[in-house]
Amino acid sequence: MRRRISLLLISLTIMGSVFARGVYQAPMDFLAESFHGEVPESSLLLIDTSLEASVKQILGHRYESQRIRYWREEGRTAWILQEVGKTKPITVGIVVNQGKLERVKVLVFRESRGWEVRYPFFTDQFIGASLTESAELDKTIDGVTGATLSVSALTRLARLAILLHKESEK
Amino acid sequence: MPNMISKALALPALITLSMSLPAQAQSDVELGGYGEMHYNNLADGTRKLDFHRFVLFFGHEWNDSTRFFSELEIEHALAGESQPGEVELEQAYVEIDLNDKLSTQSGVFLLPIGILNETHEPDTFYGVERNPVEKNIIPTTWWEGGFGINGRAGMATSYSLHVHSGLLVDPTSFNIRSGRQKVANANTGSLAYTASMSWRGVPGMEIGAALQMQDDITQGASPTPASLTEFHIDMEKGSFGLRALYAGWQLNSAAARALNKDQQSGYYLEPSYKFSKKFGIFARMNSWDNSSGTATNTQMDYGINYWPHPKVAFKFDVQDHSDDTKDGFNLGVGYQF
Repeated sequence: MRRRISLLLISLTIMGSVFARGVYQAPMDFLAESFHGEVPESSLLLIDTSLEASVKQILGHRYESQRIRYWREEGRTAWILQEVGKTKPITVGIVVNQGKLERVKVLVFRESRGWEVRYPFFTDQFIGASLTESAELDKTIDGVTGATLSVSALTRLARLAILLHKESEK
Repeated sequence: MPNMISKALALPALITLSMSLPAQAQSDVELGGYGEMHYNNLADGTRKLDFHRFVLFFGHEWNDSTRFFSELEIEHALAGESQPGEVELEQAYVEIDLNDKLSTQSGVFLLPIGILNETHEPDTFYGVERNPVEKNIIPTTWWEGGFGINGRAGMATSYSLHVHSGLLVDPTSFNIRSGRQKVANANTGSLAYTASMSWRGVPGMEIGAALQMQDDITQGASPTPASLTEFHIDMEKGSFGLRALYAGWQLNSAAARALNKDQQSGYYLEPSYKFSKKFGIFARMNSWDNSSGTATNTQMDYGINYWPHPKVAFKFDVQDHSDDTKDGFNLGVGYQF
């Protein structure tokens, strides 16, 4: 038994090739897909003092930059946002339509744990969610065992995207 | 539109920036930890306040595919000769990603068996003390030294295969828990092999199983091949939670049979309900037997967790044991960062 298991371990090790980080879709491709090939001109949203308080309420800290780029077509906006899961930032593409989440997609996942959150069985839970008055999602998002921090990061970004969408409409 | 600045910079430049800057801004060194203090009040007269665990995590990432992780623990606050506690190195391994679906693990690691063995930070489970089934049967917390492969298949299946140091069990008692060598000058005459698999294809649900085999858990003293089988479900859907686990050992030797130690198994069922993000209640039915069905223990636990912050938990529970002297209540506070 010992020899067979050792051989299996060696075989599995050799099967590995050059490591490729989890880049699942380039942001540009996400935008093209979201706007059916015609990506509108982008705009920048400034996180001013009043908005910063709301952002901090959702993230628990400031966003990494003070200007956030977005793309708008009528009542739809698209956002490329980042938030740290455990130790590494997760890059997520989010489309908000009339204040509700239309699309959430993990574009780059750099953590070594919690990779399941990139699949539609998890991200599809966000579709249709909007923000309550207390800036929470109005839908329950079930987590993924062992991926608590990644789930939490994605949920924060989903809330942030709706907040920013509303702000961009002012 | 007072806070909107129109006219974009070039999109490619933005994307390059958004994908690279934050990663570079992160530190290569990771520091974390958890701890828990317990108060036990039992019918046998136990009135104990104990800082049960103080743990520090240290990690380092050399590059995107090679990293180190460690867990250093002080148990029971005071370690040393004639003192109640210990200093333990529970994890210290190098992980190398071979591709985005396969990685190797070399060093000291927690065995992927059960629900609590790998994830046991106090804010992640109900009850002040860890459940008695995983403690007395698996036995959690269990770490060994060796080499392993962690892989993932499809959307939600992960698996692992490890070869590692094994148990050194005293053949006069066949006490599994006392057989953990803790990778401290561990006897490697008989290595052990652990395989595990888990599926998380539905949000909030994990179904897992593990199998361990060792040719001789006495390391030559009284040859006893042994195997451990474990199954579990860990579910949290909306406000409802459910944990269920079975684990069982088979010890195949005349010596183990003679002492009624050839079969050691247990299970628990733990439904829970969260009234909000801050309050949750649970009940847990535990049943375990380390003596081939001749000395079954049962224990009912009921309690509440209060999370003032998602990573900080205050706990209270009542335990009703089949041995009435072990009835009582427990209080605890725990954290992780």
